[in-house]
Amino acid sequence: MTSETREIVHDQHTHPGWRFYAVIGVILLVFTALEVVGYIGETKGWYTAGAAAAIILVLSAVKFFSVVAYYMHLKFDNKLFTGIFVFPALLGCLVIGGMILLFHVLHGEATALHGDMTPRAEVVAPQ
Amino acid sequence: MDSSHALAAHAASPAHIDTSTGLDSRKMAFWTFIGSECLLFGSLIATYMAYKGRSLKDPYPHDIVVNGKFYEGVLNIPLTTFSTFILLMSSVAMVFALYNVQRGVRKWSAFWLFMTALGGSIFLGCQVYEFTEFYHEGMTLHSNLFGSTFFVLTGFHGAHVTVGVIYLITLGVMALKGRIGPERTLNVEIAGLYWHFVDVIWIVIFPLVYLIK
Amino acid sequence: MASTAAVAAPHAPVVHAKEPTGLWSWITTVDHKRIGILYGTTAFLWFLVAGIEALLIRVQLFVPNNHFVTAETYNSLFTMHALTMIFGALMPLTAAFFNFIVPLQIGARDVAFPRLNALSYWLFLFGSLFLNFGWLLKAAPDSGWFAYAPITTLPYSPGLHMDFYVLGLQVLGLSSIIASLNFIITIINLRAPGMRLMRMPIFTWMTLVTSVLIVTAMAVFTIAVTELMFDRIFHTNFYNVGVNGVGNAGADPLLWQHLFWMFGHPEVYILIIPIMGMVSEVLPTFSRKPLFGYNVMVFSGVLIGWLGWGVWSHHMFATGMGPIADSFFALSTMLIAIPTGIKVFNWLGTLYGGSIRFTTALLFSVGFIALFTIGGISGVMHSSAPSDLQQSDTYFIVAHIHYVFFGGTVMGLWSAIYYWYPKVFGRLLDEKLGKLHFWGTFVGMNLTFFPMHFVGMFGMPRRTWTYGADQGFTWLNQLETVGSFVIALSTLVFVINLFTAWKRGRVAGNNPWGAATLEWSIPSPPPAYNFREIPVVHSRMPLWEDDPTKSAGIPHGRVEEETEQWTLAGTPVGEVRDVQDENKMSAHDLGIHLPPPSFWPIVLAAGVTSIFVGLIFRRVDGPLHNLWYLMFAGVLTTILSMYAWAFEPGH
Repeated sequence: MTSETREIVHDQHTHPGWRFYAVIGVILLVFTALEVVGYIGETKGWYTAGAAAAIILVLSAVKFFSVVAYYMHLKFDNKLFTGIFVFPALLGCLVIGGMILLFHVLHGEATALHGDMTPRAEVVAPQ
Repeated sequence: MDSSHALAAHAASPAHIDTSTGLDSRKMAFWTFIGSECLLFGSLIATYMAYKGRSLKDPYPHDIVVNGKFYEGVLNIPLTTFSTFILLMSSVAMVFALYNVQRGVRKWSAFWLFMTALGGSIFLGCQVYEFTEFYHEGMTLHSNLFGSTFFVLTGFHGAHVTVGVIYLITLGVMALKGRIGPERTLNVEIAGLYWHFVDVIWIVIFPLVYLIK
Repeated sequence: MASTAAVAAPHAPVVHAKEPTGLWSWITTVDHKRIGILYGTTAFLWFLVAGIEALLIRVQLFVPNNHFVTAETYNSLFTMHALTMIFGALMPLTAAFFNFIVPLQIGARDVAFPRLNALSYWLFLFGSLFLNFGWLLKAAPDSGWFAYAPITTLPYSPGLHMDFYVLGLQVLGLSSIIASLNFIITIINLRAPGMRLMRMPIFTWMTLVTSVLIVTAMAVFTIAVTELMFDRIFHTNFYNVGVNGVGNAGADPLLWQHLFWMFGHPEVYILIIPIMGMVSEVLPTFSRKPLFGYNVMVFSGVLIGWLGWGVWSHHMFATGMGPIADSFFALSTMLIAIPTGIKVFNWLGTLYGGSIRFTTALLFSVGFIALFTIGGISGVMHSSAPSDLQQSDTYFIVAHIHYVFFGGTVMGLWSAIYYWYPKVFGRLLDEKLGKLHFWGTFVGMNLTFFPMHFVGMFGMPRRTWTYGADQGFTWLNQLETVGSFVIALSTLVFVINLFTAWKRGRVAGNNPWGAATLEWSIPSPPPAYNFREIPVVHSRMPLWEDDPTKSAGIPHGRVEEETEQWTLAGTPVGEVRDVQDENKMSAHDLGIHLPPPSFWPIVLAAGVTSIFVGLIFRRVDGPLHNLWYLMFAGVLTTILSMYAWAFEPGH
């Protein structure tokens, strides 16, 4: 990092105008509506649970990326900010993914009682 | 080099930021803070996901049959879809607010800042209504795993929205008084980063909690 | 002209013009040097407290079936010993060095956010006081520093003990996160011109890695503890398994363990990586040659930080996670031994062929290498899941922990104190007392902790209040207790040295060791503004550039390419100078603008702490219960002081 990277914040000539952001806003709304359609579809049996989950997650990932890259301006700013965000964000995904794996997928002796996602009415605590 | 040379060079490029990277320290600090918050919400979401589907008794989030008995899910998808829309629109309002601050348009800067705060307030209002409905259906912090994890996760998010609303109203009032001009773009930009981040967390929470079963 | 030789000490330490004194100036200070001294003093006092707790533990274990303390007190002793050492002493001592030294090493006038820096200190002070307040009520935390659920939930821990834990640690967590955020920005953004990242002193690099770890790992811990707080105070179910199956909400005890160790493992790297940086500064100075393999040292530090996130469940091999999880974590743990081992070789490479001066600082650093390596070896033994099943919960682990924490962190910190004390206070610590301190500590430490390997293998469990006379643990325990008192006596020698040198030690001058980095180019103690002119940096070891015997192999930049940036934060830049006569002029005289002192950090810290103090009253019955409204006073104070801070003039 040298002093060569002088960032003049918000150079009007290279950055998009308000219409661009309004369009992103419309896309966010449409994608949210599609996510809800995915939910309704799963309830009504049009999709399997897995397919619905996949659709919903992909749509929300695109929304996530759009807000971070455009509204939060990461795409147009210095790459250092992207690095500062991406590293902990990936760690956060590791934490979430790790917990899902350890609690729902990998079945050790300690988690044998809670092998799947079906709630039980009565479980006696291990003696 | 002597100080006169230094001063002359400094005067020649007043817009450059005087740090090792040329980037503003406050903006960098805020992104770092956002990084830390990623881990904070990540852990809360991870807890929710670890316990998802493992409540031993009702109320349950979605319709479910347990031991032959049918339980109706408590989550109100239409209401939350509406509030999600509102929160997304408030992010758009925030973008417009920043746009106007950069151009020094006092009236519209204040207007869009207040609109953003309004969007956040409506979102919070919907959450308050939602939570009281849940309470009447017997869902509390204590009722079961779903109650604990849901209220703490969405409660933390709601607390962040509340702080954001206060922050935005403060900026809105300052803008009305003409104290937010283009020279204070960074303050509004940082408020925008905070607000969009709060929205981004909701973009993650909404599908995981409400839409996926 | 850079100074290379140890400067002949002046007759008296520098006295700086017009620097404010008095309690109020300390309460409102935003100067990183003062904050560093505050951190260091407070942390050292907590170290002594935690040390006394350790001595009480050792006395209790001196003979079998001892009743020196009750079992309940014993539980609090080992819990608080760990908590106070980790959060009250070791982390803040490293923070003291981050505060004082890093801005000097990068050629800055202060950290990026001076008021936030002060806030971190006051939060630390109030948080550590609150955590220890339980002692006065015979309600000190007592479920181990790792506080496994469900023993920490209400039915099994009905007293206030663990409430002090959950509330105090949240304040301390906030303090650490805020401080680390400050250092990250300071290191990235406030470096002197010419100081590229790969020209930074290695200690500064390790500070950066540690700060990133804190900012990420502490957030996970905050959530784990907050969830426990919600369970205890608001009756949520995160860790609720009921009692004997009654009232079981279906919580999984492993949730706490996973969240805790996701923090807990990076935490141990937080405790050792700064030390590795400190030792990497001391060794080159006293070998009179540059650090061997600087690039590799930087990259291995970063790699340890990264990999440290992938090993946490090696603390959970005995919980039945299953073979896939066990194998994954065993492998990742073995992998992380590699960059750590590389560092050891680089330290040895630094010493090899050097012209060594056996000062106390060097002795402690060399002792660190030896003892930390032993701790690392026992660590690798734990990394194998089957072998760990025998070692887990025995004294074998206690031996490992103390070889890395005491033999590692503490020895490294003592080395850093002997090294940098002259810079901070302007006087050298006494070398004779120092050597006595070193040998006493080295012998005492091994006497205390080496037998623990054996007594653990023989089957003595951890955290055990006492043991039977027929178990064969007795004479080893007695050896360990004697060793702990040898450590205590040596530490007393250290305390005497610290005090007497403060006013009567040999005056240090700018660079008593003939060291290479920027902090040694200014007076000891430094003036309020640090550098009269921000230096321009051409190499990794600015004060050794002109000495060919020392600078061989240091990459050296051209003067022209560095001087593109004429100012740093509005101040003129200049070459590194040996300034002997700085003391007469104040910042104001030199036209240097320093951030003004502020009252709001301590007020905001008090407000935030009040929120948590208020919450503890919710757990108290009777008339005192109403004091929980203190929480709202705290919220109000917090909000108002944040506004006052934001609109404070002069900032």
